[in-house]
Amino acid sequence: MRVPLSWLRDYVDIDLTIDEAAELLTNAGLEVESITRIGLPGAELEWDRERVVLGRVLRVEPHPDADRLVLATVDYGAAEPKTVVTGAPNLFPYLGRGDLSGEALYSPLAMEGATLYDGHKDGRVKAKLKGRPLRGIYNDAMLCSEKELGISDEHEGIILITHDELRMTNEESSPAPLLPRSPVPGTPLQDVLGDAVLEIAILPNTARATSILGVARELAALTGAEFRPPSYDVDDAAGVVMDGPPVDGRVVVTTENPDLNPRFVALIIEGVAQIPSPYWMQYRLRLAGQRPINVVVDVSNYVMLEVGQPNHTFDYDTLRRRADEYAPDGPIQINTRLPHPGETLTTLDGATHKLEPYTILVTDPAGNLSIGGIMGGLESEIRPETSNVLLEAAAWDFINIRRSATALDLHTEAAYRFSRGVHPSLALLGAQRAADLLRRLAGGTVARGIIDTYPNPPAPVVVDLDPVYARKLSGLDLTTQEMGEMLERLGFAVESHGDGLRVTAPDHRLDIEGPHDLVEEICRIYGYDRIPSTRLADTLPPQRGNPKLEREERVRDTLVRLGLQEVWSYRLTSAAREARLLPGSPGQLPSPDERPYVTLSNPPAPDRNVMRHTILASALEAAAANSRHAERIALFEIGDVYLAGEDELLPDELTRLAVVLTGRRDRGHWDDDGVATFDFLDLKGILDAFFEDLHLPVAYEATTHPTYRPGRAARLLVGNRQIGTMGELHPGVAKGFEVRVERGQAVLAADLDLEALLPLIPDHYRYTSLPAYPPVREDLALVVDATLPAAAVEAALRQSGGALLRDVVLFDVYEGRQLPPGKKSLAYHLTFQAPNRTLTDDDVSKQRGRLLKLLERELGAKLRE
Amino acid sequence: MLDELENQYKAASTALAAAEGREALEAWYRDTLGRKGNIYLLTRNLGALSAEERPAYGRRLNEVKAELEAAYGEKLALAEDEELRAQLAAGALDVTLPGRKPAEGRLHVITQTLRDLYRVFGDMGFQVYRTRDVETDEMNFELLNFPPHHPAREMQDSFYTTVEGVILRTHTSAGQIRAMREYYPEPIRVVLPGMCYRNEQVTARSEMQFTQLELLAVGENITFADLKGTLTEFARRMFGAERQTRFRASYFPFTEPSAEMDISCFLCGGAGCNICKYTGWLEILGCGMVHPTVLRNGGYDPLKYFGFAAGLGPERIAMLKYGIDDIRQFWANDLRFLEQF
Ligand SMILES: [Zn+2]
Repeated sequence: MRVPLSWLRDYVDIDLTIDEAAELLTNAGLEVESITRIGLPGAELEWDRERVVLGRVLRVEPHPDADRLVLATVDYGAAEPKTVVTGAPNLFPYLGRGDLSGEALYSPLAMEGATLYDGHKDGRVKAKLKGRPLRGIYNDAMLCSEKELGISDEHEGIILITHDELRMTNEESSPAPLLPRSPVPGTPLQDVLGDAVLEIAILPNTARATSILGVARELAALTGAEFRPPSYDVDDAAGVVMDGPPVDGRVVVTTENPDLNPRFVALIIEGVAQIPSPYWMQYRLRLAGQRPINVVVDVSNYVMLEVGQPNHTFDYDTLRRRADEYAPDGPIQINTRLPHPGETLTTLDGATHKLEPYTILVTDPAGNLSIGGIMGGLESEIRPETSNVLLEAAAWDFINIRRSATALDLHTEAAYRFSRGVHPSLALLGAQRAADLLRRLAGGTVARGIIDTYPNPPAPVVVDLDPVYARKLSGLDLTTQEMGEMLERLGFAVESHGDGLRVTAPDHRLDIEGPHDLVEEICRIYGYDRIPSTRLADTLPPQRGNPKLEREERVRDTLVRLGLQEVWSYRLTSAAREARLLPGSPGQLPSPDERPYVTLSNPPAPDRNVMRHTILASALEAAAANSRHAERIALFEIGDVYLAGEDELLPDELTRLAVVLTGRRDRGHWDDDGVATFDFLDLKGILDAFFEDLHLPVAYEATTHPTYRPGRAARLLVGNRQIGTMGELHPGVAKGFEVRVERGQAVLAADLDLEALLPLIPDHYRYTSLPAYPPVREDLALVVDATLPAAAVEAALRQSGGALLRDVVLFDVYEGRQLPPGKKSLAYHLTFQAPNRTLTDDDVSKQRGRLLKLLERELGAKLRE
Repeated sequence: MLDELENQYKAASTALAAAEGREALEAWYRDTLGRKGNIYLLTRNLGALSAEERPAYGRRLNEVKAELEAAYGEKLALAEDEELRAQLAAGALDVTLPGRKPAEGRLHVITQTLRDLYRVFGDMGFQVYRTRDVETDEMNFELLNFPPHHPAREMQDSFYTTVEGVILRTHTSAGQIRAMREYYPEPIRVVLPGMCYRNEQVTARSEMQFTQLELLAVGENITFADLKGTLTEFARRMFGAERQTRFRASYFPFTEPSAEMDISCFLCGGAGCNICKYTGWLEILGCGMVHPTVLRNGGYDPLKYFGFAAGLGPERIAMLKYGIDDIRQFWANDLRFLEQF
């Protein structure tokens, strides 16, 4: 909502600077998002107080040497008037009219040295006004267009405010007209047209601020200044003069669905002239972001902005012509109703709409006329020749308008306001204000009487406020009386009720439901910044911690320590993206999990239409994105995957971990001899260290899996439970993910189920005391079948080594000519140690002998000679 | 005999003075004091001397030996020093050469930010409570006082799933009711972190996926003033002890009264800069007192219990803190971005 400050001043005095007013509104919830100053200090173009002034045109005479230029003599407050050469087309009608002092013709005059925007250049280009001869006549001043002053992009003519317009300012109904009653030539233009526009963000509960009156009321409440709302009581002397033929018998209005259309007010204004609206109205509309059209359209927009009541004008004669068909002698019959099946409506923008069954229409027996509260129909719209209008100001159910406007994709200013809530009480005020302005500005005659169909006026909202509750909620120690006074400033009616207050909300407050809403109002008026800041004194809840998160974070720390970078990915993906993990299944999209995907019905992109099933695909996409520029990629991601259930409404959200390695093993250095790249055993080593850190014994078992290269994949087991897979990525998978690798460079990956793994991490583990007696080290090379897993040999060594065998470390693996085919040699460092004595050679050789015998029996292992 | 001793002594002293370097010194020693050295060999003369001459000669010989030993030792030490110095000088490195960096890993900047938040709020007794990403419309909107078609829903464009009534959560507030129903009737102090999703154009300033951290306190004695105090302390711990806070009235369907909290700009100290759009203030979070309808939906009697809630954006906090100018970087996973934190 764009609010010109001058318009606000019609209804409230503002003794604050522009910035102070903006801050006050912002703190109270009407956030001023920007302030645009026009001509004032701080404006993009500040009008020089000496050199940009109000001028009064005294004469317009022809230029002796140019048909397209005229000479305007302008009074600007100096002893002698100034003669200005100008080509402004809107001055030509005054050519040769002699003395114009009876016309009271005003225009902004800029003099040599003033900075203005260049009217002839595109956009806003500043230029300093310099005196120069124009077709032989020296010219050191100019009459200005809106563009030159930075008001709008209008450069068709100069700003010209005529005597008639002065007479027709809104001064009768508002105390601060645009121009003073008798403007003094030479007044700095800043003091006449200077303004500031506050752009206020409208929240769902601040619909009341979509009007000038609403903002003025709020500002008055915040500053304590008097709010002067307009009053249009027809019986009031200052109200609408209604002297046309009575409305009775000419129009009847029925509302079939008062819940969707609680009120419908109609007035007839005849004999309106579709002339341009006066400059002050055009000026305000422009500042508020509306383009002036003609007085009929402009009044409708002006009233919507000022009062907050959207309204609609029908061509009265068209309605009458239609009535001549269905009721030649009877009145026009307006009815609001829901559409018939298949009914369509062509709006005034020429578009034909299919209607939703809940979209309410304004109709007559001949057909439909407009979409209620959203947009008028083409047939009954105002035409250039229209002079008689039927003015509608109605109230509509805001949710229904919102649904309809969204379904029809018609986001009009009227729908914007109605869909946020406009109280039915505003309909009458809006209709009267519009009728009054059409009478004054367009020469219309208002028919006597008002059609007002308002079957069920809503009961006022009454809320009881318990001051104890208010104090407990706000933390403010206010008296009941203080609370009441603050609410009264906002227009609430307050009376004592028991120990508390009975508060009646004013009509414009559609957001009040209960006492909590009143507490917010009290806090706003008191000032959020004045409310004290205190520390929580309430009971501390039981401290439970979050064991799953704590373990997850420990996993993160461990992985980071092992040299891996954490990544976080989009969780929206597509089945096709994930299917790249499982190559070689032509004609179908295999999924990493058989359960259904969580699928979006409005995906942001076709390849982001499901929630992920696997985190490995996420991590591989991250690796691929970096493979273009990074030499070393070592990363992990921890996050959820989403597996929809067949019967459950919501999916299982399960935490997973993926690790990906590829590229060089270290970070690279200038004296490196060569580049070593990550291989299977790097990943295995990281995982070994990872599980050691977590004190979780894990077994690896060779497996086949389409994601991994055959023969280089393992599943990870804790006890009998599989907790993940790891291995060298199948080259086809790496290619599918577009991970760029050098020849011979592997991509290593692991996919672990943290949901299963985290609970297995032991809370406690035992410390092993440091040995007091020296160890004895023995090396042992065993020849075994080449297919025997190293882990089996190590397990057998540990098992048969007895209590004295403290450690087993593999230090060499050999397969080759020195061994029989199908055999390999595994060489181990064995460490023997006793907790209570120094071992003798005899002890060790006895252990070694026993060990060899057992290994031979269990695994067919032989000592390598 | 004694003359010969003196002559030898003189000759040895001269030779010692002339010897330079460890090798020359050691050669001198071999030739002079070693077992075949000239001075050592003079011991043999003792046998040829009379008993009367012998003591004087012996004494003098020992003196000479001791003096030469001492002079030698001194000179050798100097030579060794010199040698070490030369050796060290030859081993000088260019200390400005790049070092060999270990391959370290780092936590994602959002993990780090969340941990900062957990720590600050944890110190005030708020514990982490996590809920789900795929939520019911009921939890995300209806029970939080967003009726269907309500204008407030327009503030958060949802992603809908093909299952009726199931959406991707648009805010972590969706977990409020779950926390309340789990903990009722205990008092509550939790933070709810998590990933949220909104159907928005992805630009440098807005993302369709983002994290949030919700703060929720419920108890019998919790006021708006407590909300201000708690969040002001948070702001000071997170952004610096000298931070000022500003609370502005705002609107959220699930809080009343509602507020936006701004902090004084920590980049310009409040003087105004392009980050704070020359206001001196940075918008940091939305907050408010839990709406009575929400308390009731969570099982708490709104006349007896009060509560506050706040919602923070970890990305926004990180962007302000580190000067990140493009929100899309958070999930782009570019190592050149991630390795800076
Ligand atoms: Zn700043």
